[in-house]
Amino acid sequence: MSQSTSPDDVDLIQLLTPTGQRVDRPDYSPRIAHLDATALRGMYRDMLLTRRFDTEATALQRQGELGLWAQSLGQEAAQVGSGRAASPQDMIFPAYREHGVAFVRGLELTKILRQFRGIDHGGWDPKDHNFHLYTLVIGSHTLHATGYAMGMQRDGVVGTGDPQRDAATMVYFGDGATSQGDTNEALVFAAVNNAPVVFFCQNNQWAISEPTSRQSRVPLYRRGQGFGIPSLRVDGNDVLACYAVTSEALERARSGGGPTFIEAFTYRMGAHTTSDDPTRYRSAAEEQYWRDRDPIDRLLALMKAEDAVDDAWLAELDEEATAFGEHIRTTVRSFERPSSDFMFRNVYAGPHAIVDDERAWFEAYQRTFVDVSATAGGH
Amino acid sequence: MTTLTLAGAINAGLRRALENDPKVLLMGEDIGALGGVFRVTDGLHKDFGGERVVDTPLAEAGIVGTAIGLAMRGYRPVCEIQFDGFIFPAFDQITTQLAKMHYRSQGRINLPVVIRVPYGGGIGAIEHHSESPEALFAHTPGLRVVSPATPADGFAMIQQAIASPDPVLFFEPKGRYWDKGEVDLDAAAGAPEGLGVARIARAGTDLTIVAYGPTVATALKVAEAAAAEGTSIEVVDLRSLSPLDTATLAESVRRTGHCVVVHEAPVFFGAGAEIAARITEACFFHLEAPVLRVGGFHVPYPVSKLEHDYLPGLDRVLDAVDRALSY
Repeated sequence: MSQSTSPDDVDLIQLLTPTGQRVDRPDYSPRIAHLDATALRGMYRDMLLTRRFDTEATALQRQGELGLWAQSLGQEAAQVGSGRAASPQDMIFPAYREHGVAFVRGLELTKILRQFRGIDHGGWDPKDHNFHLYTLVIGSHTLHATGYAMGMQRDGVVGTGDPQRDAATMVYFGDGATSQGDTNEALVFAAVNNAPVVFFCQNNQWAISEPTSRQSRVPLYRRGQGFGIPSLRVDGNDVLACYAVTSEALERARSGGGPTFIEAFTYRMGAHTTSDDPTRYRSAAEEQYWRDRDPIDRLLALMKAEDAVDDAWLAELDEEATAFGEHIRTTVRSFERPSSDFMFRNVYAGPHAIVDDERAWFEAYQRTFVDVSATAGGH
Repeated sequence: MTTLTLAGAINAGLRRALENDPKVLLMGEDIGALGGVFRVTDGLHKDFGGERVVDTPLAEAGIVGTAIGLAMRGYRPVCEIQFDGFIFPAFDQITTQLAKMHYRSQGRINLPVVIRVPYGGGIGAIEHHSESPEALFAHTPGLRVVSPATPADGFAMIQQAIASPDPVLFFEPKGRYWDKGEVDLDAAAGAPEGLGVARIARAGTDLTIVAYGPTVATALKVAEAAAAEGTSIEVVDLRSLSPLDTATLAESVRRTGHCVVVHEAPVFFGAGAEIAARITEACFFHLEAPVLRVGGFHVPYPVSKLEHDYLPGLDRVLDAVDRALSY
């Protein structure tokens, strides 16, 4: 087993065991008491459709429709649980495999595929769902989330007591990002400013081929404690616990209580990206160990035990997933290459003589080519 | 008109911006009670408070990275990097995040962040306190890179930079911080587009010296000395490296037929190379000599006891003027 610390750590916050039994905790169980059968089915649907999206995108990459894909497989509970704890006015800063959070925020997921198809560096308006663009440089956006939270403090939307008004930011990053200077600086800035930001670290055990032991000799959540930030470790494959700890952390942030560091202990069941080959650095036994802790199976087991779901509903969801898959495939194949002038647009918000001249030159250059296909005869 | 130092003029411009727009924030190390190591923010913390004139943790990437987040939230942060040589911890945030956000968001996110950088040598400083890294940023699409040479420009240009919808690297020639000049504090700063427009600092007919920031004053001294020998030199103060006002440059060189570019940064792959190439393309049949460059050598900034050999002073620029005119 490669993980540096055991998931059976006594500090691990868990409300649902891998076999789907509830764990009663006086500190966190009250935070999920309002989640009825409808809410559980909603969480299950979010996770299942996120996985369907991820599976379709992986297949589309294999078919040459996408240049690359970063799978979220296995991390659905961490993403859906935490994402569902956020309010619409909270601002979310994802890394690049937070497809489950995107889904919960209401983003039309195929927009994510624009970037991976090579037709857009972004793909959506962050303001539409208060969900920022993906950030590929590891850890950079932890500082953006912290600065944004400092802006919220100045805007007077922290600690007013009005649940419709109070806001926070939440930033997603991985185990590898905890080694980055930017992440550590973000923790410093957030701590000394008491900024309303939740640092949500998905420890999926692997930074491409490097295990967490190459990043830290202490459990990652303890790093947050060193900055004077309340920090905890949650079972990242337990959607209920992820929801509970995140709702607590966001509530603290919105009310003026400052930042929290959450380490969601989970597993990247797939490859880092479609260019990766995990068989070169990890064992089949380890993968099986985590397959037995699948976050989706776990919630289904609970729902069945509590009669929160029936076969008809599951069949309906299955049909929805099939239609969703078809929608994803059709949409991606309809994405077209932008026109060449797209390259020159929006480099600057105002005029810039160099870019403007180069764009004019390139347009004139392109006009010198005659379209021979219209006049050429057959062979 | 008021007589101010360059540092005082930038201070006055920052004060004006803080007064005019509640979204303007200053961030940096020691810019609060101390007023900055060069006192450029003197008195602003007292008058505008710690929420708007922010003493930050000692972390340059953190300063720029959080400024990006604040700008996303609608603020206009003005970051001070204490010295030129300390900007590199923030280089990644500046070049991969700040410079690209408007582009990758298809114009949905504006980042009106100003990064003030005291730069250049000549003050007898120790290592890392005298560098001129401006070309690294001019080479980065998405950034605007400017440098004022006079108190009047310091006052106006800092306000234009803050009003710009784009990120601006604002290089302040620290060796000229205490040079005095007349500033009209009642004048409007002008539109941000004016940032990219060069200025004819002195008219002339025989040769054009292209300078910016700290070397403008040097070029004017050279022109004075040359005038005594009957040579008429035009001095163009670029004010901006990105964008580059190629039109003003080319118009001048077409008239004079000779051009010398002067900057403190190393000549090799420096701003002068780009300027020389563009002038050559635009003015080839008007040139009577190759465009010459005078600047730092391809060595790390030397020990301060040798910096006057390294920096492009009066004699080395006059030597280049003679070589160009006798070509």
